[in-house]
Amino acid sequence: MIAWISSPRILRGLLPAFSLAVILVAIFYLQPRAMSYFGLNLLLNLALPIAFATLAQMCVITVNDLDLGIGAYVGFVVCVSATWLNDQPVIGVVVLAGCIAVYGALGALIHLRNLPSIVVTLGMSFFWLGLALLVLPTPGGKAPDWIRAIMTFKAPGVPMTIYASAAIALLVHIGLKRSAFGAVLRGAGGNPRSVERAGWSLLRIKVTMYALAGFFGVLSGISLIGLTTSADANIALRYTLLSIAGVILGGGEFVGGRISPIGAVLGAMTLTLAGSFLSFLRISPDWQIGAQGAILIIVLALRVVINRTEARRPR
Amino acid sequence: MSDTSEKIVKLDGVEKNFGAVRALDGVDLQILSGECLGIVGHNGAGKSTLMNILAGTQSCSAGAVSFNSDSGGGSRGGSGSNVGERAHNVSEAHAQGIRCVFQELSLCPNLTVAENARILHPRIKGWRWRRQASDLILNKLDEVFPGHGIQADDPVGDLSIANRQMVEIARAFTVVDTPLRLVILDEPTSSLDAIIAQQLLRHVRRFVDAGGSCILISHLLEEILETSDRIIVMRDGRIVDDRTAGAFTRQSLVEAMGSVVKEKEQEQLGFASKRAVGDPLVSAHPPGQDSGIKLEAHKGEIVGLAGLSGHGQTEILVRVFLDKRKAKSDLALVAGDRQNDGVFPIWSIRQNIGIGSLRNLLKNGFLDLDAERKLADSWRERIAIRTPDMANNILSLSGGNQQKALFARAFGSSAKIILMDDPMRGVDIGTKQEVYEMIREEATAGRTFIWYTTEMDELNHCDHVYVFRDGTIAADLARDALTEQKVLQASFQGAV
Repeated sequence: MIAWISSPRILRGLLPAFSLAVILVAIFYLQPRAMSYFGLNLLLNLALPIAFATLAQMCVITVNDLDLGIGAYVGFVVCVSATWLNDQPVIGVVVLAGCIAVYGALGALIHLRNLPSIVVTLGMSFFWLGLALLVLPTPGGKAPDWIRAIMTFKAPGVPMTIYASAAIALLVHIGLKRSAFGAVLRGAGGNPRSVERAGWSLLRIKVTMYALAGFFGVLSGISLIGLTTSADANIALRYTLLSIAGVILGGGEFVGGRISPIGAVLGAMTLTLAGSFLSFLRISPDWQIGAQGAILIIVLALRVVINRTEARRPR
Repeated sequence: MSDTSEKIVKLDGVEKNFGAVRALDGVDLQILSGECLGIVGHNGAGKSTLMNILAGTQSCSAGAVSFNSDSGGGSRGGSGSNVGERAHNVSEAHAQGIRCVFQELSLCPNLTVAENARILHPRIKGWRWRRQASDLILNKLDEVFPGHGIQADDPVGDLSIANRQMVEIARAFTVVDTPLRLVILDEPTSSLDAIIAQQLLRHVRRFVDAGGSCILISHLLEEILETSDRIIVMRDGRIVDDRTAGAFTRQSLVEAMGSVVKEKEQEQLGFASKRAVGDPLVSAHPPGQDSGIKLEAHKGEIVGLAGLSGHGQTEILVRVFLDKRKAKSDLALVAGDRQNDGVFPIWSIRQNIGIGSLRNLLKNGFLDLDAERKLADSWRERIAIRTPDMANNILSLSGGNQQKALFARAFGSSAKIILMDDPMRGVDIGTKQEVYEMIREEATAGRTFIWYTTEMDELNHCDHVYVFRDGTIAADLARDALTEQKVLQASFQGAV
């Protein structure tokens, strides 16, 4: 049992949960009143949209790409949800479905033209931001009532966010890590040539993963508008970096198809809590981004230490 | 072979060109069921290209690949026009029961052993796929490599190289629904130890005796002679010999691989060793070998590194480079892998040449652009880089001219020692002749060259040739003692 727990592979898997636990305990220590239904609800309020954005990023990272447009994209979805989806639901749904299709097409473009994903998605981020400003030039709009109802639903026991995060993490885990097709999708990140030689279409895999990213981006935007009630084109710009940090914090790696959906969701929650934690420490908002970076560095350093012990072990 | 054997695959006049390079030059080949076909040949003889075409990962430029099932009875094949129309691709190769174990490892390191098995078999699905895939690959591993000690849920990236190779081989032999007819093994034993290699070869024999067929490519001639029924010898993209294994001996195989003796008698006449006087400029052991033959290079010498590719030549070049750089010697490297190690892709030709001599182009601490221009223009003349303007992007040049620019970078610098890492890869013959000429001139002028090459002809330009095998120097041949026979002999010797 001890040997099993201390094996680097397991340790690495437990690290995201461990980081989250440490931050939670620290918060409860600083502010015991947070240890309640209401407190947890407030703390984790914004975790769900970040978790969805992180999963979207993770889909792209699985195939060795990086999405620098996800924040602006979520912002656009928010604006669409607060306007069209509220006023003319049919048009709203069509537009959001179109967004997912555009994401799939991006995957195809990047694969076929062999373009660097960073460049394409960075360019797309301006496209999304521009569209969002066209849809909603000034902050405003209104969240559709049904979204609002879902997002403010009072679940028994613990806040709805926790149920929803657990459910979505499990679902994506089954889809990507346990299913037979998931193995192929991840394999395309590990060794694309090998997957191609086995007769799979890399194009289809890329389109699938990008469309999935677009889908999670839509979920992120919808859950975000449900919490904020009104929209702003710039509302989610910081999600781009948060989502990348979340994936890495959750045990994923930039290349090689090594990802962990459960870890990514835990990573997103850790990052959400890190902000509150720093506020409780009375660190001024000016320093918070730096302090978040420090947390990231500490967790990644721990991972390096674990990997080193693994490398030292005889095989 | 019994009378019941049937053709599995038939190649008719298959050709394959990579730009100006002709990798396959009209190959006719039949593979019968129940036979193990050995393929031997020197580097660049076209073996791997042939395998890629059979496995469907590359398509041929001309000719036809046809299968038994295509032409009904298998006796018809003829013009090949009836089947040549259809593109031969990976899925079709799989449907025909053809599997290939490629030379470089091609498993996904981030997936487990079982998941890698599933990637090859789309038919494994449903709720119990994991169990199914584990059983499939473990049973095969047990069958081929008893006592392997590999778990189905081990991530492949955590396995040793030998274990990965074993998984990949076992995976190629697994069967789900389409019957397996032909397994192609390209250097399968390169990272296996002798005992495991024996297990594999025994399995190949069992598989073949049960009616399957196998293509075995190996540089270990004993392996080929022991295991194959028939052996073909490839040279310069052609099949030059095709006999039953019993008709070959080690000696005759080596002879068949060599090309016709060149008229190099008169070149050898002019040979005078430059080793009589002075100390060697370079003197190094291959990494991982501290005794035995040393690599030495004297002033004005052209030293060749020969042997099969990947046997330690690049490593010793890197070692010499790092050692000499630490000692502040002036030296330059001409990379063979242009795209990765050679050109700066967004720079102009001029900048790509000037980067080799930045220190000499300084004026008051700043880069003297006029001097750079002069340097580049003078080399454009001398080495005949075909471009209207040296300010053009380097990628506007053809591959051969890019390589010339890399030579100009090295020759234009003040380096006394120039290392070359198989620099003529994919360069056309005309350019080659021009560069050989330059190398000889520069050597006469007192420069020292260490030249790793995979081409036998280029060794004739060298004063001294070191043949590498398994990371060590297997032979040291002076120009007057150099024959292709000896190089091949040394490259292939000492197989387990």
